[in-house]
Amino acid sequence: MSTRLATGGRLLNTDIPVSFTFNGKTLKGYAGDTLASALLANDQMLVGRSFKYHRPRGIVASGVEEPNALVNLGTEGTFEPNQRATTTELFDGLRATSQNHWPSLEFDVGAINAKLSRFMPAGFYYKMFIHPRPLWKHVYEPFIRQAAGLGQAPKARDADRYEHFYAFCDVLVVGGGIAGLTAAKAAAASGAEVILLEQTAHWGGRAPVDGGHVDGAPVDKVVDELVSELSDMSNVTLRLRTMGAGVYDHGYVLGYERLRDHAPAQDGPRHRLWRIRARHTITATGALERPLSFAGNDIPGVMLASAVRDYVVDYGVSVGDRTVVVTNNDDAYRSALALKQAGLDVPVILDARVPAFDSPLIEQAKAAGIRILMGHGVAKVLGGKRVTGVAVCAQAGEGAVLEEIACDAVAMSGGWSPVVHLWSHCGGKLHWDNDFAMFRPDVDKAPTGADGSPFVSPAGSANGHFGLAEIIGDAHAKGRSAAQAAGFASSKRNAPDGESVTEAPMAPVWLMPQGAGIALRSKAWLDYQNDVKVSDVQLAAQEGFESVEHAKRYTTLGMATDQGKLSNINGLAILSDALDQPIPQTGTTTFRPPYTPISMGAIAGEASRELFQPIRRTPLHDWHTANGADFEPVGQWQRPYAYVRSGESVHDAVMRETKNVRDNLGLLDASTLGKIVVKGPDAGRFLDMLYTNMMSTLKPGKCRYGLMCGENGFLIDDGVVARIDEDTFLCHTTTGGAENIHGHMEEWLQTEWWDWKVYVANVTEQYAQIAVVGPNARAALEALGGMDVSKEALGFMEWADGTLGGFDARVYRISFSGELSYEIAVKASEGQAFWDALLVVGETLGVMPYGTEALHILRAEKGFIMIGDETDGTVIPQDLGLHWALSKKKEDYLGKRAHLRSHMADPTRWQLVGLETTDGSTLPDGAYAVAEGHNDNGQRNVQGRVTSTYHSPNLNKGIAMGLVLNGPDRMGEMLEFPGTDGKIYAARIVNPVFYDPEGDKQNV
Amino acid sequence: MLILTCPCCGQTGEETEFHAGGEAHLKRYGPGSSDIEFEGYMFMRENPKGVHFERWRHVYGCGKWFHAARCTMTLEVFGTYPAQTLSPPQELRDKISEKRPGWSWRDFA
Amino acid sequence: MSKAVSALGGVTWTDGIATVHEAPLQGMITVRGDLTSKGVIKAATGATGMQMPAQGTANCNGTKGLCWMSPDELLVLCAYGDVAQVLDGMRAALGDQHGLAVDVSDARALFRVAGKGALEVMAKLAPVDFRPSAFGHGMFRRSRLAQVPAAFWMQEDDAFHVVCFRSQAQYVFDLLKAAGQKGSEVSIF
Repeated sequence: MSTRLATGGRLLNTDIPVSFTFNGKTLKGYAGDTLASALLANDQMLVGRSFKYHRPRGIVASGVEEPNALVNLGTEGTFEPNQRATTTELFDGLRATSQNHWPSLEFDVGAINAKLSRFMPAGFYYKMFIHPRPLWKHVYEPFIRQAAGLGQAPKARDADRYEHFYAFCDVLVVGGGIAGLTAAKAAAASGAEVILLEQTAHWGGRAPVDGGHVDGAPVDKVVDELVSELSDMSNVTLRLRTMGAGVYDHGYVLGYERLRDHAPAQDGPRHRLWRIRARHTITATGALERPLSFAGNDIPGVMLASAVRDYVVDYGVSVGDRTVVVTNNDDAYRSALALKQAGLDVPVILDARVPAFDSPLIEQAKAAGIRILMGHGVAKVLGGKRVTGVAVCAQAGEGAVLEEIACDAVAMSGGWSPVVHLWSHCGGKLHWDNDFAMFRPDVDKAPTGADGSPFVSPAGSANGHFGLAEIIGDAHAKGRSAAQAAGFASSKRNAPDGESVTEAPMAPVWLMPQGAGIALRSKAWLDYQNDVKVSDVQLAAQEGFESVEHAKRYTTLGMATDQGKLSNINGLAILSDALDQPIPQTGTTTFRPPYTPISMGAIAGEASRELFQPIRRTPLHDWHTANGADFEPVGQWQRPYAYVRSGESVHDAVMRETKNVRDNLGLLDASTLGKIVVKGPDAGRFLDMLYTNMMSTLKPGKCRYGLMCGENGFLIDDGVVARIDEDTFLCHTTTGGAENIHGHMEEWLQTEWWDWKVYVANVTEQYAQIAVVGPNARAALEALGGMDVSKEALGFMEWADGTLGGFDARVYRISFSGELSYEIAVKASEGQAFWDALLVVGETLGVMPYGTEALHILRAEKGFIMIGDETDGTVIPQDLGLHWALSKKKEDYLGKRAHLRSHMADPTRWQLVGLETTDGSTLPDGAYAVAEGHNDNGQRNVQGRVTSTYHSPNLNKGIAMGLVLNGPDRMGEMLEFPGTDGKIYAARIVNPVFYDPEGDKQNV
Repeated sequence: MLILTCPCCGQTGEETEFHAGGEAHLKRYGPGSSDIEFEGYMFMRENPKGVHFERWRHVYGCGKWFHAARCTMTLEVFGTYPAQTLSPPQELRDKISEKRPGWSWRDFA
Repeated sequence: MSKAVSALGGVTWTDGIATVHEAPLQGMITVRGDLTSKGVIKAATGATGMQMPAQGTANCNGTKGLCWMSPDELLVLCAYGDVAQVLDGMRAALGDQHGLAVDVSDARALFRVAGKGALEVMAKLAPVDFRPSAFGHGMFRRSRLAQVPAAFWMQEDDAFHVVCFRSQAQYVFDLLKAAGQKGSEVSIF
């Protein structure tokens, strides 16, 4: 059993007991524990079930590479699945539950899959569920969905907040082990600004556990001194609990800081995403130990040798009373010795090698009285939910059992792989190191930055150095050269002297024993989380998935949440062997950020809830809110769709508002319309290029409606242009169009006609613009007083400056409704006061504010097009019967050349018409008019579509506009529009101007 | 994510402050041009592996358009220059030649 | 008659690592033209009594100031009530010279972000290097705050002036509060 030792535990504070629950059971730990160490201290080795076969799974590792110990953490708004117990710091009140089992962790029905594993090999799902096709949707997919997934998806809204932080530095060091600390110090000594990130809560990495001396001092003391020195330097920022998540182009690095995961009661954001720009980045990311592939290597109690050592030294936890060590390298001997030192039993070290000499570590193990079997390995692990022993065999053989040794834990080591993820994210290349059987950074092929020079350097064991002397020498050199690369004269200081222990060479062992038969191979796990075995990878190779990227996807090797940190190298070694080719030829799969999963919250940063996206509010927004506005988004603007009174539906309100405008007086908040000032001697010439019609002939004091096309001929915007004086125009754009059209103008002025004398300014938000519309509009303005707004003084399509009711105002007599209508611009700051004044004078005139839906109905009654309804980026003015707005006098304007292209001039382009149902009902929006016959996909041919459709309360019937094949020539013809409700709607082609075709109402 | 230096205001900023605007140094063909010319202007674009010239706008900054010379393989930025020109400055072309001997792009080399 | 109101009515927030205060209406005039020409220089300096700002800088004092927006654009700051008069003067100074001067006072909102955490609040929202070696008094930066455009400068220690569009004032105020929430110190500057 696993248990807490009476002594030891370098990271523990045993004065502070901590209480937590696992699957509802209350357990005890100490401050400084991880959830994993605390679970082990409580003999909770079994922590989960595997994904496919629901095999019992125990803790394997002590850090980020942990594949098995994934738990649900928290409840409700703090619930989060798939959290690694090994990187979860324990706090009082922590609540964890295990995943992927039913009804309980101890007894799981899904474990039947393991019995069927013979029938569920690699590619099982692909092969099994492909036929018959119709079963997929109703049988297979629901079944797989039910079975799929590890943790549960959270149901409650995330209660926490998150943020980003933009940081800049000369040298960024990722990894706070002895290499990272040494590199940071070497870089900082030159004066460079340095940020050092460490993903755990502690500095020093493996060094304090592995031991050794630097400049004669014990390495753990050296770590403390380095941290204290660096803390005192003003040019160094140290950050614990912050993982370097990814390295991106041009020196961009993401850091993932976990601020409150260990202290949920604290104020502030939970996670912070550091968006760092560093001139140079050092990846001192360490190395990860590899498992060995032998039968039963997934049984709870089989752990990485380094993890067994960590739990003893860091947390005072014994994972078992009797631990068998199995290895292909010297490092695992450190674990054996650490266990011995803690008073625990190591019955045997099974060393797959037959080394030529006894290294110091081997000698020490012998001296400690540990039995060592060279050239031996594990034939299989005995036990079910927990290790009970190992069967020993010769590594060179096929697994004949030589003896069985009782034990309750197995510490395995298959050698070490440098963590090359961050080095590789942005294109750093790797090469294969035969001596250590590992991929290491090819330092001559580093990622390059904005100036073309390398911007990442690996240091220490991340660079394939394992002795303390080599690690420190490399890290010191990398720190100096990074500062130099960032433009600092490097310090002359020499590297500290690390002492390395001579080790016997490791021997690559990809399968144990090397001749293991199929029975053993199909119990030898590569990927614990996704249940991929040696036999699966071999099958994939046999079936032709020879590329490592294909084999990965076919078997799902390395595709779980741990992204193959333990399994990838072993897997591709097995693949290489099956393909009979060297490992470097097989290559690795692509390393992609983030290094370990980061929260969606951290990625979103502040952009949640009210900050999800910017909402733009007009100066009248608060009034709208207080007066029943049902808002609709138009671009980022919030515009009132209708003002709903109590007892009314939204539809009722729309009908009431629409009718009232024609009968009495309506007020519309039109502030969102774009307003762009265009000024200069060439302003007229410029607008002639931008609009399809002529603007330079417009007289000061007058307004003209204009159309804009892109260079490709399609309509992009429309609006009324007012000429302010000889060289100044004010262009109105659509609500969503102000920024785009302003940008469009700047683009042409800056990049094509840069010698033209024109300046533009976007003054959209300077004004609150209010449309005063209806038969009583003039009376309302006269009641305000201050300006002559009579027909004679201010005719249709004219504008004037003046004062209205004491407000400085610019009054445009323009109409988008066919009614007598004025649009009045006042300063945005005075918009609310002006609106209030209009409501006061309008009281006896039947005033009502109206929203965007009424606006739409009013314009549709008049057959006025709307950009975004009648246009969709594929519509040209000719389609909408707007030939009159295409100047024939102008030699050139944007879109003119494009309109001559054959498809644009094609007479069969669909054209604008009105549509009217025979029974007065309203056509469905976007419905298509069907034609005879079917297309090649068996769908009905079509001959038109509805672009706008409303119920008109003024005409008391449904009205619509649409684009129809040869439409204008087919007046009176009937079309059929199948709706998505299964009904067929019949409509007649009519003139699109439904209301007041002579324009009598607006010309008063 | 790229960093770019705007030649108009001198600010160096990250890509999110800019807006990419496609290929640089296009010659406009308007009314009177042939179908082939207009097609070339509207639709035909370079897709080089290596040296490329493109348009950017400093949209969250000074609002100005400018040109950038960039390597599409390594993302190295050779330089940026104002948009009011019909060809890349000679100095920049020389600099690119040093780093990518023998490069060519459309009619430039 | 006080009809004119700022976007958020002068709201103040003090419950975090920095304080956020919406300034009263501030006169702002966009000037476009050749910044090296006599007319523009006369119009701008005459209106404010400030020196012409160099590229990327602002010369501000109280409610008056000149901010460098782009090679052909200045933002002129003056008292809100003086805008009409200042505009008249500037147009006169410009004379026949090609240029543009328009009132944008009501199109903007102005915030003051102050306190020890001000720098950090800004660095959470703008992709800008705020280290003292890179950003200081007199500098004027146009960038973005999260998803919207903004311009900012430091007129005194630990205090930023932040200009955004009026329609986005609430969003920017909410952003500044979120970035300044209690317990969110980064402790890096």
